[in-house]
Amino acid sequence: MLSAFAKMFRMPWFLFAFVVAILMVTAVVWKGDPYTIALDNMLSPPSADYLLGTDELGRDLLTRLMSGATLSVYVGFCVLMLAGVIGTVVGVVSGWFGGWVDMLLMRVTDIFLSFPGVLIAICFAALTAPDVKNVIFALGLMGWVSFARLARVQTMAVKKQEYIQAARLSGVSGFVIVLFYVLPNIAAPLIVESVFTIAGAMLSEAGLSFLGIGVQPPEASLGAMLREGARYMLMAPHLVVVPGVTLMLLVFTLNLVGDKLRDKLDKANLQK
Amino acid sequence: MHWMQPKFYVNCSFVILLCKVAKFLKIIKVCVLALLAFFVKRLLWIFPTAFGVVTLTFFLVHIVPGDPVEVILGEHALPVDRKRLVESLGLHLPLLTQFKVFVQQLLVFDLGTSFYSGTPVMEMIAMRLPATAYLAGVAILFAMVMAVPLGVWAAVHQNKWQDRLALTFSMLAFAMPSFWLGPVLIIIFALYFQLLPVSGNEHWSSIILPAFTLGFAMSAMTARLLRTSLLESMASDYVKTARAKGLSFNRAVQRHAFKNALLPLVTVVFLQAGALLTGAILTEAVFSWPGLGSLIVEALGKRDYPTIQGCVLFIAFVYMLMTLLSDMVYALIDPRLRYGKEGV
Repeated sequence: MLSAFAKMFRMPWFLFAFVVAILMVTAVVWKGDPYTIALDNMLSPPSADYLLGTDELGRDLLTRLMSGATLSVYVGFCVLMLAGVIGTVVGVVSGWFGGWVDMLLMRVTDIFLSFPGVLIAICFAALTAPDVKNVIFALGLMGWVSFARLARVQTMAVKKQEYIQAARLSGVSGFVIVLFYVLPNIAAPLIVESVFTIAGAMLSEAGLSFLGIGVQPPEASLGAMLREGARYMLMAPHLVVVPGVTLMLLVFTLNLVGDKLRDKLDKANLQK
Repeated sequence: MHWMQPKFYVNCSFVILLCKVAKFLKIIKVCVLALLAFFVKRLLWIFPTAFGVVTLTFFLVHIVPGDPVEVILGEHALPVDRKRLVESLGLHLPLLTQFKVFVQQLLVFDLGTSFYSGTPVMEMIAMRLPATAYLAGVAILFAMVMAVPLGVWAAVHQNKWQDRLALTFSMLAFAMPSFWLGPVLIIIFALYFQLLPVSGNEHWSSIILPAFTLGFAMSAMTARLLRTSLLESMASDYVKTARAKGLSFNRAVQRHAFKNALLPLVTVVFLQAGALLTGAILTEAVFSWPGLGSLIVEALGKRDYPTIQGCVLFIAFVYMLMTLLSDMVYALIDPRLRYGKEGV
């Protein structure tokens, strides 16, 4: 049994899938509605009817948890799409053209880098109407920088390779070279980065929602649930503990995936 | 013979000493000049970046939809009042003129005044900053106290269960959001055991929970970094030499590896000090800590644009300053960097 667990631990993809699968299976089996209010059932502890108890409006915590976790993963992927595309384009253009284009783009990147972490997202989310779309946009605004830097360095390294020169000599246009020669060869580190981006975006989304400038009630978000739950810490500690553990588990497994992926891909790079 | 007299030898060795001192001074001069050149170059870079940060913040605040006048006066305000307010806030001017005024004010450290209280934003920040600085300082202390033993422990037992345990722990800590850890700590230590105050900053022990919460994620990251850098220096030639000379493993790690492994830690501490200000926003919100973070959260709730803008700018500038300091300290410690071999 223990060795099976140990093996599972070595396959983080499996672990992540496991966590998501548990959430999905419970979601299917547990056909609850995250918005049904039952005021006679406020803050009830876990029971057979409500596997994880209810929140301050008598809503089933488990269904809210699942809807919140789904939203969290959704936000993570959307932010990745936005940040990944912007960042990769900026980085590849910067690295490929070099010269003043590189100089200009890197200064812009530096400016974004001078804002620590979620500060710029907080600023943006605070100033726009609080909803999921703006949260994704705010986090994308902040997340593209790391992609840009990574893509730039990688492109600059790949640019010097002989196969690029060979392609150039045989008359392949620059655009095609970038698309079919550069991009596939810089993909590995970008994929690793994107796993960490999803994890980071999930944490940041929860943070924004916790501050009240992210996803708004009644929609369930892990951060917003923590915010609401913190008010009833004394009476119903499970309202705080459960969403936090779920978020932590998701982020933790994603980070594990990223770490293992990095080891694998780095090894592949070294063997080249 | 006079040259055999002891006095002559003394004089001669004195000359040699002088030569040595002169040579030493020359080396120092070269080093200091290189260092100065690096510092000046690095300092000059900060101006375009700072201008970019200011521009970005300004346009972010002014371009996004949302009418501050409506926020202040409410939807049913009289047109006369609206007009007066628009003019007093300078919102009727073209955006570029507003930007010019904004930059001019910034140059004399004027961040504008709050929509609500009417107090200058700079004053509000100055009032709240000590609490946040105190919190961040104690958090860094906590983080170091936890991270250094953990990192060393993991590195010394590389690839054994201790190492895995430490790594797993640090990954868990890294995934643990402060707005979860904070409430859980409150539940355990303040509500259940009733050892520490729940929130606020009235008693000296109030600092413990917030500082631990804030420092926890940082300790995870620092421990990982220390482990990596310690492993690197443990595999280096000078540690091998020390071991070959007969030093015990522990002694070699203590005397030679550890000192050099601390180098990257210095930069991280500076960088983290800047990042902690952002982390403090969430932690302060959890513990109602009366610092800069609570100021921002309060301003967010009231849509107090000048205060938000001022605080964001202030934090960005502190962060920039910390990055600058970390670069400089690193250049001071690590001579390779200042000669321009920045690659890797």
